[in-house]
Amino acid sequence: MSRQTNRLPEGGLVDRTQVISFTFDGRKFKAHPGDTLASALLANGIHLTGRSFKYHRPRGIYTAGAEEPNALVTLGNGGRTEPNTPATMVEVYDGLKARSQNRWPSLKFDLLSVNSLLKPFFPAGFYYKTFMWPRSFWYRLYEPMIRRAAGLGTLANESDPDRYETAHTQCDVLVVGAGPAGLMATREAARAGVNVLLVDEQPLPGGHLTGEADKVDGKSGAAWAAGMADELRAMENVCILSRTTVYGRYDGMTFGAVERVGDHLSPDSALPRQRGWTIQTRQLINAAGAIERPLVFAGNDRPGVMLAGAARVYVNRYGVLPGRNVVVFTNNDDAYRTARDLSQAGANVTLVDSRAKEKVHSRGVLPASVEMHFEQYISKVKGRSHVGRVTLAPSGTEIACDLVCVSGGWTPSLHLLSHVGHRPEWDEASTSFVMKEPGDEARAAGGAAATFDLNETLREGSKAGKAAAEACGHGIPGKTNLPKADDLPAYHIEPLWRVPSAMSRADGSFVDLQNDVTVADLELATREGFGHAEHAKRYTTLGMATDQGKLANVNALGILSQLQGRPISETGTTTFRPLTAPAAFGAIAGQARGSAFRPIRRSAMHLWHENHGAVFTQAGLWLRPYFYPREDEDFAAAVKREVLAVRSSIGMVDVSTLGKIELKGPDAGNFLDRLYINAFSKMKVHRARYGVMLREDGMVFDDGTVSRLGESHYFITVTTANASAVMQHMEFCHQVHWPHLDVQFCTVSETWAAMAVAGPKARDVLARAVNGLHLENHAFPFMAVGEGTIGGAPVRVFRISFSGELAYEVYTPAGYGADVWEAIMAAGESDGITAYGTEAMTVMRTEKGHVAGPELDGRTTAADLGLGGMMSVRKNFIGRWMASRSGLEGQDRLQLVGLKPVRSDETFRMGAHLVKDIGVTGVDVSHGHISTSVYSPTCDHFIGLAMLRNGRERHGETLQVVSPLHDESVSVEVVGPVFSDPDGEKMRG
Amino acid sequence: MRIPCPWCGDRPLSEFTYGGDASKARPKNPEKASPEEWVDYVYLRDNPAGKHTEYWHHSGGCRSWLMVTRDTRSHEISRAVLAKPQPGGATS
Repeated sequence: MSRQTNRLPEGGLVDRTQVISFTFDGRKFKAHPGDTLASALLANGIHLTGRSFKYHRPRGIYTAGAEEPNALVTLGNGGRTEPNTPATMVEVYDGLKARSQNRWPSLKFDLLSVNSLLKPFFPAGFYYKTFMWPRSFWYRLYEPMIRRAAGLGTLANESDPDRYETAHTQCDVLVVGAGPAGLMATREAARAGVNVLLVDEQPLPGGHLTGEADKVDGKSGAAWAAGMADELRAMENVCILSRTTVYGRYDGMTFGAVERVGDHLSPDSALPRQRGWTIQTRQLINAAGAIERPLVFAGNDRPGVMLAGAARVYVNRYGVLPGRNVVVFTNNDDAYRTARDLSQAGANVTLVDSRAKEKVHSRGVLPASVEMHFEQYISKVKGRSHVGRVTLAPSGTEIACDLVCVSGGWTPSLHLLSHVGHRPEWDEASTSFVMKEPGDEARAAGGAAATFDLNETLREGSKAGKAAAEACGHGIPGKTNLPKADDLPAYHIEPLWRVPSAMSRADGSFVDLQNDVTVADLELATREGFGHAEHAKRYTTLGMATDQGKLANVNALGILSQLQGRPISETGTTTFRPLTAPAAFGAIAGQARGSAFRPIRRSAMHLWHENHGAVFTQAGLWLRPYFYPREDEDFAAAVKREVLAVRSSIGMVDVSTLGKIELKGPDAGNFLDRLYINAFSKMKVHRARYGVMLREDGMVFDDGTVSRLGESHYFITVTTANASAVMQHMEFCHQVHWPHLDVQFCTVSETWAAMAVAGPKARDVLARAVNGLHLENHAFPFMAVGEGTIGGAPVRVFRISFSGELAYEVYTPAGYGADVWEAIMAAGESDGITAYGTEAMTVMRTEKGHVAGPELDGRTTAADLGLGGMMSVRKNFIGRWMASRSGLEGQDRLQLVGLKPVRSDETFRMGAHLVKDIGVTGVDVSHGHISTSVYSPTCDHFIGLAMLRNGRERHGETLQVVSPLHDESVSVEVVGPVFSDPDGEKMRG
Repeated sequence: MRIPCPWCGDRPLSEFTYGGDASKARPKNPEKASPEEWVDYVYLRDNPAGKHTEYWHHSGGCRSWLMVTRDTRSHEISRAVLAKPQPGGATS
């Protein structure tokens, strides 16, 4: 392990009393707590951290913040692999392991850097234009090859073992950024009594003050910020979230954020890795600061080139001097502080300013040792894997150096002001986009408002805090104490979108470092008609990488405006959209993954099913027994046994998942008459009836049973799948259409457990179990409703049959569900009572020709399903008038029929089409489709239900079932839809 | 997005279910309404860039159907009231 060669003997906020170690590409290095991976690598003299996206050019650490385009690393192994993490945001912990990416076989020697030599041949749009022919080669050869060569890190193929959480919070004022503006805003808003949430992405408060040498109230900026944060934390109405990035603003002042709870700790920590926050606020103060822009010149991407502000941060915050012989190249006054701080830290500094001497305000801050060149720019950089020398133009002066600090000015972070549709405007004075009209709910302060003077920033933050509190209806008591910062010369900037020599050659003048977009690419885009900001972005991929063009966009717009000879205000800007910074899916999903992805609903009898070997199937959120295999039975054998048991003796199925709604009130019957196609207001008490509901457009919506329990008391069941939709529909009809009807209803789906007892022995068995209810046919006929008890538990008994057998549905309060189920099982034991699952139920309803979900597909009318006769003509009901449209009648309609194979050993599948002749193709050859197909143990061959054009007139016809996908065709005969007991003698007997 | 429910106050979007255009009234006398009136009520919808009156169901809350006026460009909600029959709407 080597010495930290670039660590200064003193200074910075790192904890020098402790030494920790980490590895990068397998090499072990030393660092101090408080270091980022980037500062620790620089301390150890490592600049080269990655290879670029397209040309595989060597790249180094460019920034000190979340906007880092180059130094993207992969952390962790296996399921914990986290690619594309900016080294500038990784807090080093003891034992951290990081790897460089997009290089092969190694970072120093990368075979694919041959792409770099081919750069003249890889301009924007190259792939689209070149790899066009032959077409099939795109999928087989070109795309896989390009994908392997271009790209960032690689995702893990294992599931992530780490824990994530989600959390919700509310506040009156959300302050984003704990720099000088954000801290002042928080204090002022909090003093007014509103609840303030202060969110900052760094572990330490202070924003850019943590990286500056200038003082506030006589203290270092970091110490002042720490004191402010302590003061704020002591206030009851302030909450501070650090290490938290607000990634997006959504409608209605909802914000998304990710808190890095455990990322800075070892993976063995018990804490969740990250926490995804949903924040609801009334006011936003965007104090997110500004991001420095690069300057565009040939070789501006070489390792050793770095933003001027970042170099200052490495010196002041981390005590790291990233170079000894430094050239600072700028078009503005801010970089003079970099020259000052690096010089004071012991570097030889040369300053190159593109502006004329008289425009510069900051010469006075520089020590005498700093050499200055005005009206000069860098035209060339020598040194492939690290800068060694720069050439100035127009003078031709050459300067040997190991660090080039660049500053093209500062870009306010406007993302959170723009996400809901506000458009930024170009501001000539600050040479940046600003948000002049952020709306009533948001305001900006400090760098985010293009205010670069520290005292002005403090004042603006305080003002924003006051204004936000006032917008929440809270005034400020007393006078504000503004801290006093060191005065610095005014910020002046003169645009330099690219140096003059980077005009028209493909010389490696990079505009977007992360996506390898050069000045030449923008020229090509303009020449080929893709010069508008939104077009150029897509044509060149500028701004489309993980940094979303945070560094590149403004320079690109400046260059495009120059190329097109029109002002930036007319070139337009691209649209800011969430997410502002990448967020892990884990942090958004939180605990909702795997078996906790969504709730699971289990019936009251679930444990019995489990104990009796049920295989479960999902029906919406419900788990339902699918079949109950015994010993070595397979699916088909189990289902066959279950069906035959019901048909010959007795079986029982759990139907608790049915939607159940109870209605009361004098108008309950009237209300149901308006909802169903058939009438219920005249139905006798203690009777049940099958009912069908339509949608307003006349198509069948749902079916089920309606029972009358009392004069003004009804109970309805609806299909499992539509339970919530029917309730919603009923509420709509009552609240919006007919609020004058005196009826109350509520869903009781979970309140009742339900089971259907079916088969020739059903009456005998149930009679043994039930008390207080006579089940003889004359006393309790088909569609009768009654009440009794089973084992002391109250039950409602409905003589309803879905299977077509003599059958009863037994309902009991859910708490008794398991007891009642077991009591009936015990009563039926001597008759071999068999539990059956949803598949046997489907087989039996198909044998009986009862329609279900596959037939009620939203395109069928009651008439199509053979239920047209149920439609009352003496009352109004939802869907009646649209159902009687002429277009829904006549021979072209698909009507419900039954199908059986001509050769009884042949099978056919759901979804297959019915045609007259095999081999004829065209849009109109299909006469219909199979909606349900099952093997019928009762018939001992396959049967099906189908929707067939003019089907009711075609019983006896032979058609072909075809499924070209499976290369299948089978001859079938069209029959009536009822295969079992067509006259209903069994269920009525 | 948040919807101000008259019963429950400002509640998050996730508690609501969208119910479509609320500007159409169900024909007052269904049996006398012309096919054109039915088609208009069931199918024809404007798609305004601006204020739009629509039904929202507070399905994860008080179960009220609301009439909400929302600006389709900004999602700004200027009005939310309990839904009731439209003037001229159905009573039978």
